[in-house]
Amino acid sequence: MTENSYLRTIWKRFKRHRLAMVSLVFLSFVIIIALLAPLIAPYHPDRISGDFGAPPGNGHLLGTDDVGRDVLSRLIYATRISLLVGVLSTAISTAIGVVLGLVSGFFGKFIDAVIMRFTDMVMSFPYLLLVLVAAAIFGPSLLNIIIILGFVNWPGVARLVRGNVLSLRERAFVQGALVAGLPKPYILFSEILPNTMAPVLIHSSSVMAFSILDEAALSFLGMGVQTPTASLGNMLGAATSQAVLTDLPWLWIPPGVVIVLLVMSVNFIGDAIRDAFDPTNPLV
Amino acid sequence: MNRGGLLRYILKRLLIAVPVLIGITLIDYLLMNLAGNPIDMLIGPRVTEAAKAAKMAELGLDQPFLVRYWLWLTELMRGNMGYSLMTYQPVAKMIAQNLSPTLLLMGTSMLLSFLISIPLGIYSALKQYTLRDYAIVGTAFLFISIPGFFLALVLVYLFSTKLGWLPSSGMKTLGGAGGMLDTLRHMIMPVLVLAASVTGSNIRYIRSSMLEILQQPYLRTAESKGIGRFKVIGKHAFRNAMIPIVTLIGLQLPMLLGGAVVVEQIFSWPGLGLMTMSAILNRDFPVIMGVSLLAAIAVLMANIITDILYAVVDPTIRYD
Repeated sequence: MTENSYLRTIWKRFKRHRLAMVSLVFLSFVIIIALLAPLIAPYHPDRISGDFGAPPGNGHLLGTDDVGRDVLSRLIYATRISLLVGVLSTAISTAIGVVLGLVSGFFGKFIDAVIMRFTDMVMSFPYLLLVLVAAAIFGPSLLNIIIILGFVNWPGVARLVRGNVLSLRERAFVQGALVAGLPKPYILFSEILPNTMAPVLIHSSSVMAFSILDEAALSFLGMGVQTPTASLGNMLGAATSQAVLTDLPWLWIPPGVVIVLLVMSVNFIGDAIRDAFDPTNPLV
Repeated sequence: MNRGGLLRYILKRLLIAVPVLIGITLIDYLLMNLAGNPIDMLIGPRVTEAAKAAKMAELGLDQPFLVRYWLWLTELMRGNMGYSLMTYQPVAKMIAQNLSPTLLLMGTSMLLSFLISIPLGIYSALKQYTLRDYAIVGTAFLFISIPGFFLALVLVYLFSTKLGWLPSSGMKTLGGAGGMLDTLRHMIMPVLVLAASVTGSNIRYIRSSMLEILQQPYLRTAESKGIGRFKVIGKHAFRNAMIPIVTLIGLQLPMLLGGAVVVEQIFSWPGLGLMTMSAILNRDFPVIMGVSLLAAIAVLMANIITDILYAVVDPTIRYD
């Protein structure tokens, strides 16, 4: 099977997952809106543009918040932040995890033992607690959150890649390359890495979903993105005050629904990719 | 695996855990040092440099990092986890005082989650690709994707603010008679939120492990012998599906611990999570690191127990 027809088969299988197709359309829509935020948002997200706590309608599609900022504009910018955090921190953690997993699985022995025990150590700390502690130490800011989530989230990827490398190392094409005397880094990055990319991609979709949830949780608790910058989490955090929760539901329901839809669509897409790459599934 | 093999495996598993445990304490201590000089946390700003240096020498803080780590570790062995910067109470005592409400919350949530996810996961696997299967899997995805704090807000909005059925915070009604029923009413929403976060992934996990087992040849054999579908599933499939579920308990602990921080914060549940969150907001590092250390050790122990249980339950797995 050529590379091209293989990808076409994958795409055909992916399309069978209807929820994933809906998610793909939704996610593309959200990404476009996030990218074009300055053009689309009706108001400046951080400036006062109306009455305090005005209900939806009257020039403000989703109303205004307790200090008179437009909720829709803040929601658009907040989604931008969430996607940014999700993509960048996933990229960081995947890069760290892939390199550590490759090295660990390929070189084995002492290096493997050291890396895997270190992975065990990091995995033992409850994830959210570790992130909160790091945010308390380094200070909560957008950049710090991205870096912290990236540096905490890699153990899953590392374990996955290591497992794959261990089984790939015994396969004929790698053994052949070894016997032929090809340089080890070349084998590692040109022979083994491409063959482990599919499971990594699937795994990183769930890492991204978790990152978006974690940024929201951190910001909700006041240890993430700080106001006036809007994030889905800190918009929801406003609802910890009883007055906002009861009287201004348009402040916290929309960001909550956006988080759920965003994370669900990332998860559905990941699920469809998993099915599409599963060799036991029929070829369409 | 024979008895000798099992014992050797258990011993080996425990030995591997030793460097991990030491590493955990090292990371914990390193983080605490990154947080700043403990002297600045202990004494106020209006102290001369000389007095500061004297105090540091007295506490052994002028020593190199590894020496300080060793001092800290020996104190830790004696049960001294340091003192809170806010309340001046020993951290170990604070943790002990706040532990039981959190254990109550986590234990109930775990139990509830299994009661829901085991039957649903198995049912979903048996009815694979039917409408009911899709409905269950879809619900599982919703549970995985909904942030605990948003679910909590929705529940409080519905059941406390609008309907007035359930109390929105605390563990007891203030000035009320208290009692088990009162605590139970306060528990409902926090437990639901905490359970929801793990139920989604549990359902998916149980469903896929059941699906895998349903394809095994020994089930076909059992079925072809005509012993009846109910017996096949109940006796042969279910028991084997239980094995991977053992691992779930180990996987859940860190999720539940993290979730407890958020849930306790929202519902003002007087447990470890609430204490930790207020320590984080106040930068009370001895408390934060004490809780982190304890949580990490708990997770490590849960993983060891899971691995050993796995080896005991599943005789076909071989470990080298």
